[in-house]
Amino acid sequence: MTDTTKTPTPENTAPATTAPRGPLPLPTAAARALLLAGGLATLASTFLAWTWTSEFPGDLTVYGYPGGLQWLTFTAGLLTTLFTLASYQVRGLRWLLPAGNNTPLLLTAVGAFGVTWFTILAIAIELGGLVNLEPGGWIAAVASLLPLLGALALPPATATSGTGSTGGTKETIKAYVAKPEHIPAAQPLNGWAQRLIITAVTALGLAVFTYGIDTEYGELFIGYLIVVVFAVWALHTAGLLDRFSRLVAANRGFTLAMGFAAAIAFPFTQTDDHYANIGVNILIFGTVALGLNIVVGLAGLLDLGYVAFLGVGAYTAALVSGSEFSKFSGVQFPFWAAALTGMAASLVFGVLIGAPTLRLRGDYLAIVTLGFGEIFRIAVNNMDGQSGPDVTNGPNGIPSIPDLKLFGFNFGNPHDLGGFTLGRFANYYLLMVLIMAIVVLVYTRAADSRIGRSWIAIREDETAATAMGINGFRVKLIAFALGASLAGLAGTVSAHVTYSVVPTPYQFAGSTPPNSAFLLAAVVLGGMGTVAGPLLGAALLYLLPEKLDFLQDKSLLAFGIALILLMRFRPEGIIANRRRQLEFHETGQLDIPDTPTLTGEPAVTTKAGA
Amino acid sequence: MTTMTTPVLQASGVTMRFGGLTAVRSVDFTVNTGEIVGLIGPNGAGKTTFFNCLTGLYVPTEGTVTYKGTVLPPKPHLVTKAGIARTFQNIRLFANMTVLENVLVGRHTRTKEGLWSALLRGPGFRKAEKASEERAMELLDFVGLAAKRDHLARNLPYGEQRKLEIARALASEPGLLLLDEPTAGMNPQETRATEELVFAIRDKGIAVLVIEHDMRFIFNLCDRVAVLVQGEKLVEGTSDVVQADERVVAAYLGEPFEGDPGTAETADVAAAETGAAPQSSTTSTKGEAQ
Ligand SMILES: Nc1ncnc2c1ncn2[C@@H]1O[C@H](COP(=O)(O)OP(=O)(O)OP(=O)(O)O)[C@@H](O)[C@H]1O
Ligand SMILES: [Mg+2]
Repeated sequence: MTDTTKTPTPENTAPATTAPRGPLPLPTAAARALLLAGGLATLASTFLAWTWTSEFPGDLTVYGYPGGLQWLTFTAGLLTTLFTLASYQVRGLRWLLPAGNNTPLLLTAVGAFGVTWFTILAIAIELGGLVNLEPGGWIAAVASLLPLLGALALPPATATSGTGSTGGTKETIKAYVAKPEHIPAAQPLNGWAQRLIITAVTALGLAVFTYGIDTEYGELFIGYLIVVVFAVWALHTAGLLDRFSRLVAANRGFTLAMGFAAAIAFPFTQTDDHYANIGVNILIFGTVALGLNIVVGLAGLLDLGYVAFLGVGAYTAALVSGSEFSKFSGVQFPFWAAALTGMAASLVFGVLIGAPTLRLRGDYLAIVTLGFGEIFRIAVNNMDGQSGPDVTNGPNGIPSIPDLKLFGFNFGNPHDLGGFTLGRFANYYLLMVLIMAIVVLVYTRAADSRIGRSWIAIREDETAATAMGINGFRVKLIAFALGASLAGLAGTVSAHVTYSVVPTPYQFAGSTPPNSAFLLAAVVLGGMGTVAGPLLGAALLYLLPEKLDFLQDKSLLAFGIALILLMRFRPEGIIANRRRQLEFHETGQLDIPDTPTLTGEPAVTTKAGA
Repeated sequence: MTTMTTPVLQASGVTMRFGGLTAVRSVDFTVNTGEIVGLIGPNGAGKTTFFNCLTGLYVPTEGTVTYKGTVLPPKPHLVTKAGIARTFQNIRLFANMTVLENVLVGRHTRTKEGLWSALLRGPGFRKAEKASEERAMELLDFVGLAAKRDHLARNLPYGEQRKLEIARALASEPGLLLLDEPTAGMNPQETRATEELVFAIRDKGIAVLVIEHDMRFIFNLCDRVAVLVQGEKLVEGTSDVVQADERVVAAYLGEPFEGDPGTAETADVAAAETGAAPQSSTTSTKGEAQ
């Protein structure tokens, strides 16, 4: 990256004099025209019929308006067209390409091509052959290919880095998908405009997220993922996400408020309580992942049995819920008391497990927590009165847990609110939003304090941390206990949402969440040490097996592959913590070291601990 | 010359054995208030091991360490709390924390806001955080790193990382600062600057014990110098005394001399290796587990 600033030598001025080009030999003007024409043609093709029978889900047989997957092609085509117009410097759209690079054009073109061809192939495969395509389908296939060809004929980045294109294929690909190093700063906006943008983006985010949850069949969800991934990637490389995160940084409180407003708004956009059920499960999963993030992301303690704390909370709540199958069927705690009991039970459990194990480092801790997690599941499986004391009803669990009542408000009944009907799951969803808000607050406040700094210090270098006066065992135990009690809190709600608690979900690895492996994957995938990361990771990991039910038991394999790829190409997770981003990528940081920096030990400690 | 004789640090009979190897052999050592004391010796003499015994990273096999009259428990965080701070030979900063955060971690023993106060964020919490930050910035100013407060520690040049480690150690408001080769890898100008820094630290009323291989640095700086050879304290005295002592020269050049501790050592090692082999694993892991 530094060689672009060197004084040009004869070799690297040569490619600069001939205008830089992409791999396809087309003049730039023609390439742009191809992009625009292709984008528009893609848009138009979604108004045609792609197949003759409505057997393919989503009914793609109508002329006149798009349906199902065609909407996704339409969205991707629209983005391609908009970015192309921005590269033509059309007034009012120039803000889309602040750095003037071509990467977003390519990425949106790939997205449109991907979703269209995926649809065409899905039609051909599911209905048995290409004969099932109407002319509209063929038109769409060709139309979506054109922008891709056009984008490949454009130089990878702006003209200044044209010299870089002489490298191998790997460099070329990198240059194509990389974000430019410098994004021109946006014009300063006044406070109202900033808030308006944040509001609009939050609303858009809610719409996109809701669409994803509401997808009715696997094909639509895959198409959705293709479009969202490439669209977000394009916005990232265009520099728009950077600009937005600067806005967010300047309006932190407002953004947080908007985020919660959007989370609260979600059930009001739903007509079917089934989707609110998905929503509440995502929230439970996400809240627990955020609790795990304190233990793993901040304190660097690899806990492979974390789901057991969710189980402790759930079982405790079930025992004091007044269910007739509970050991203490006479007892029915009010919710606040049940929540506190659940938290307290998890906390005690956390301390009991933590006290002997937290003296171990790295790998040993991981193995011991893995063992304790399994011990919990096996123990509740056996406490049925025959193989052990009669507490948990064994594999049958504790069924018919009554619905919560809070201030005379029964969570089990639908309620009407301003013309909207909130079903049972919507009620629980709103309760979970409140609990998640508490957990987010706990996380952010704890992270930014004396105790949070000592967690990070322990994660970075335990020996140095103790030499700085930190009682390593004590602060690790606090992190462990705090994480455990937050998971316990989520568990108390989850017991009521699912009507019953059984031992099976609280295992190390399974094909559906929650389980310890998925929780850890949600944290790592989303972005360790961030608030939004684990929530996003949890949403993804919940939705994938839910929507792609054809994967079934292969979903674990798919996640394994996805995680390996992610760790290879984006080790800091989808949402990067500033710290970790600087750790993994040397570019784009405040100051690039000119002398060798820290070597060996601290970094190794981090790896082993994380 | 400062001639105050109140001892800050008193080590008596400190011995550290790793299985058959005696890295430090019954060393008696005193540092008085307002003193800068040097600890020199050839590679592998046991200087760093001696530091680790003083700071509780290793539990000495024998002997006690006293700080201002109270015996120190061999736990690193309690030693720091008592008032001894240190830096490491191979820099051990919190690489992925910012410069300011590194120093704030150093303040850990002098602040006491726990989890609850962090969650509730009362006025006391805000006041304490603000005071900590001010104090940390003062220290960064003192070592000349104030402008880099938001840089990640790992991105600092080598010399500045050493300075940051000193600032982090000073943040614990120590009465005694232990520096393990503070100028290793520095150029002559940086070494000069470090000399000034150590004098400035002493002027704050903090006693300094420094390990260093750079003899000019040591003899410029120290009121008193002790020489450690093969775990034993060979000579102790003012710069002139130590420089004139031929045994020191011999030790550095590896020549034999009368009363050679090397022979005794060799015999010792041979005896211990045949007799007490299993002991090695337990002792050497002990320091790590603290
Ligand atoms: N944890 C340990 N286990 C076993 N042996 C050790 C351990 N730590 C140090 N030693 C040994 O103790 C001896 C003294 O080492 P030490 O690091 O204290 O030397 P030093 O005087 O600091 O040398 P240098 O000038 O090279 O830093 C060495 O022989 C070393 O191998
Ligand atoms: Mg040493």
